Amino acid sequence: MIKLTINEKEFEVDAPAGMPLLWAIREQCGLTGTKFGCGIAQCGACTVHVDGQPIRSCITPATSVEGKNITTIEGISKDKNTLHVVQQAWIAEQTPQCGYCQSGQIMSAVALLNTNPAPSDEEIDAAMSGNICRCGMYGRIKSAIKRASESLQSSSTPEII
Amino acid sequence: MKKWTRRAFIGAGVLASGAVVIGIAIRPGNRSSKVAGLIADKGETVMNIWLKISPDNTVTAIIPHAEMGQGVHTTLAMMLADEMDADWSKVKFLEAPADKEYANYILAKGFIAGDKHFPKFLEGTIDGIFLTAVKSMNFQITGGSASVRFTGQQGMRIAGAAAKSMLLQAAAETWKVPVEELKAQNSTITHAASNQTATFAELAPAAAQVKTPSQPRLKTQEEFTIMGTSKPRFDIPAKVDGTAKFGMDVQVPGMKYATIKASPVFGAKVKSVDTTISSSQKGVNKILNLGNAVAVIADGFWQAKTTLDGLPIEFESTENKELSQVDIINGYKKAMDTALAEDELDLHFKKGDALAELESADTLVEAEYELPFLAHATMEPMNCTAWVHEGKCEIWCGSQNPLGVKAAASKLLDIDFDQITVHNQLLGGGFGRRSETDVIEQAVLIAKEVDFPVKLIWSREEDTQHDVYREATLSRMKAGLDKSGNPVAYTHQFIFKHHPPEAADVPYDIPNQLIQYSNPTTYVPWGNWRSVDHSTHGFLTESFIDEMAFAAKKDPFTYRKNLSENNPRFQAVLDLVKEKSGWGSALPANWGRGIAIAQSFGTIVAEVAEVEVSVEGKVKVHRVVCAVDAGFAIHPDGFIAQMESGIIYGLAAAMTGEITIENGAVQQGNFNNYPVTRMDEAPKIETHIINSGNSPGGGGEPSTPVIAPAVTNAIFNATGIRIRQLPISKNDLRESMRQTT
Ligand code: FES
Ligand code: FES
Repeated sequence: MIKLTINEKEFEVDAPAGMPLLWAIREQCGLTGTKFGCGIAQCGACTVHVDGQPIRSCITPATSVEGKNITTIEGISKDKNTLHVVQQAWIAEQTPQCGYCQSGQIMSAVALLNTNPAPSDEEIDAAMSGNICRCGMYGRIKSAIKRASESLQSSSTPEII
Repeated sequence: MKKWTRRAFIGAGVLASGAVVIGIAIRPGNRSSKVAGLIADKGETVMNIWLKISPDNTVTAIIPHAEMGQGVHTTLAMMLADEMDADWSKVKFLEAPADKEYANYILAKGFIAGDKHFPKFLEGTIDGIFLTAVKSMNFQITGGSASVRFTGQQGMRIAGAAAKSMLLQAAAETWKVPVEELKAQNSTITHAASNQTATFAELAPAAAQVKTPSQPRLKTQEEFTIMGTSKPRFDIPAKVDGTAKFGMDVQVPGMKYATIKASPVFGAKVKSVDTTISSSQKGVNKILNLGNAVAVIADGFWQAKTTLDGLPIEFESTENKELSQVDIINGYKKAMDTALAEDELDLHFKKGDALAELESADTLVEAEYELPFLAHATMEPMNCTAWVHEGKCEIWCGSQNPLGVKAAASKLLDIDFDQITVHNQLLGGGFGRRSETDVIEQAVLIAKEVDFPVKLIWSREEDTQHDVYREATLSRMKAGLDKSGNPVAYTHQFIFKHHPPEAADVPYDIPNQLIQYSNPTTYVPWGNWRSVDHSTHGFLTESFIDEMAFAAKKDPFTYRKNLSENNPRFQAVLDLVKEKSGWGSALPANWGRGIAIAQSFGTIVAEVAEVEVSVEGKVKVHRVVCAVDAGFAIHPDGFIAQMESGIIYGLAAAMTGEITIENGAVQQGNFNNYPVTRMDEAPKIETHIINSGNSPGGGGEPSTPVIAPAVTNAIFNATGIRIRQLPISKNDLRESMRQTT
């Protein structure tokens, strides 16, 4: 048994050596917003934050993140009653199609904006190209990131994760 | 009867329990008490099979289609609400239960009868016949870009209009005023002269007693207030906060996890596997030999997967175990040659005497094309949760075909159809793949062996290697041009014809045509892949017409337009894409522009691609301009999203998509060797809609077939190199390979 801190809550999980964090999050902690897409760090569907850094939970052993702060899509908004500015932008742009990739897309986008609140097109491409969207909503994802970037800059208290 | 519980609401409607059943369905032969038992709660009025009204004045549309991102729940609810003059803020939807009452007879009718309308006096009979046929076929499919075309036009709109007419009638009778003086608006009916008002809910019980009109009047395009606007999609909020539930996310108490490995060589049986569990295999519950696959059930997917990976499994060898891609393609070539030599090609279309006219033409254009197998690679890998208990079976999955799922499980378990419950979930991509039931059958077979629910999850590798594939195909095309470059004859021989049947038609005016095909036996399983046969023929026809234009020394746009004089709709789409793309304007060095157009699923789409080919031969698609006439775009923003989606999906296939067979097995396994388009490779897409008022076309597929030829025609424009083999990545486009043109 190991202890994981996910979205500021403690979870006890039974993680055999080598078991990726993804499966602990989904199956043992019941947080199914984080998705399985490829299992080999190719698609980004499983992206979560560990101490604020985006990582691919499908290749990260659960045991390696004990004692660290893990954030999933369910915990990306600090305030339970409002969505994160990136999530709001996602709705405003009507970004998701099937939606399966979108948790991972949003996690990558939040991480990008946390380090670079006003990314250029090329910087967005570079940060987001690890996230596949088979529904091809790349244009909308990009627009949503720009929209979120604008609202981050216009608000006096940007939300930092 | 168990209620269907999966509801989604815009507001937070609370329903009283215990249903009052009043009302008559529009559909002949419908037994409304059964339908009401499935969909209604107490106090609700079921106006017809597609809609009910609650005491709080909420209108609920019952949608018989699965949501896979196309926004179908929103769009179909809009069609119903608009005809009804419902208050959009009080409209909800309920996905129809997988029940035979909801067998999608309208869709089947659309497919079987095409888009043709029946003579009105026959409609009752025909609907009855179709309903019976469709129920027995277990047909409740989301596919064929058909939801809006058939369910929407012939189900939702009529249901909404009929309900409104019944409500008006009820108001007229209650107030003793002429029905013509009443006005329906925002879920309320008003009689201005006597200053009386009632909500739909207040009138619903009386309205449900009114005879259903057989031909309710539908609105004209000018009268639409909801259709043609982009309402926020119902399904989006849950897709940004992690709460959306896909098949993969189903959690049933007591559930365990399974994963599976089928023979890498299609169809081979398991020869040997040790199914005893060793003490080192922690958390493993069962190892199952399913005959053609081995499955492991464990406490978690990871334990199941690592155990399966470590198992020595021997599969029986079959005659296909040495088969390679080259063998398959050579086999197709041989099949075509033989059929040709023995005059055994099947006829697709014939007009005039194309063979004779080819002989005497001034210019002969000839080309051979080759296209690869393609996998679907839905974002969500295949999965299904099943629980077989007490003579019943419950299934949780995301399916384009929930009734087919029910039928498959019923057959496999040999239990009554009504003992199977399907809980359909959101689909993490369908593209045709989720109309199959192979994964469901496996899950049921696994669940049958244990007394707890099991979630079967395929690895991405299993998903890629045990898909049903878009066919690889070969094509030989010839055209004869006259002195002025106009085609007088056209022949086309291709491999494999599935559907839609018209996919190989040439949309251009060519007096003599001979189009033939051959269907050789194939060992690679085939399946519907977004746009189906249009995915190959869009490329073939639109590449070859470009070759013809080049041989005729004509501009590719002008050539197409001149050859489609009898199709003004087609010409209007060409004109729009020309205007919006800036066709003919200058481009930087090493850039090219290509055009392509196709009509599929009732929709005409033209695309112009702007492409850069570097001196090293690297292709970058910068911009795609898309013009589309789907009759009328009910939800313009959702429609645009579907065009974008279809373009990126087709682009991934065109650029790098290729499944190959070696030693009888698929060589690719994951996104590392079956690469798909990523953000840095995605072009900027601009979509322009024509609302021509023609009968509505589909949205999910028609932009896919057009992108590959638009891009390869642009590559030709940039480099003079004609791509006749897909994917593009197979072709050497370095500067040294280019001829000066
Ligand atoms: S599932 Fe982790 S990157 Fe694809
Ligand atoms: S929205 Fe479907 S994969 Fe991205």
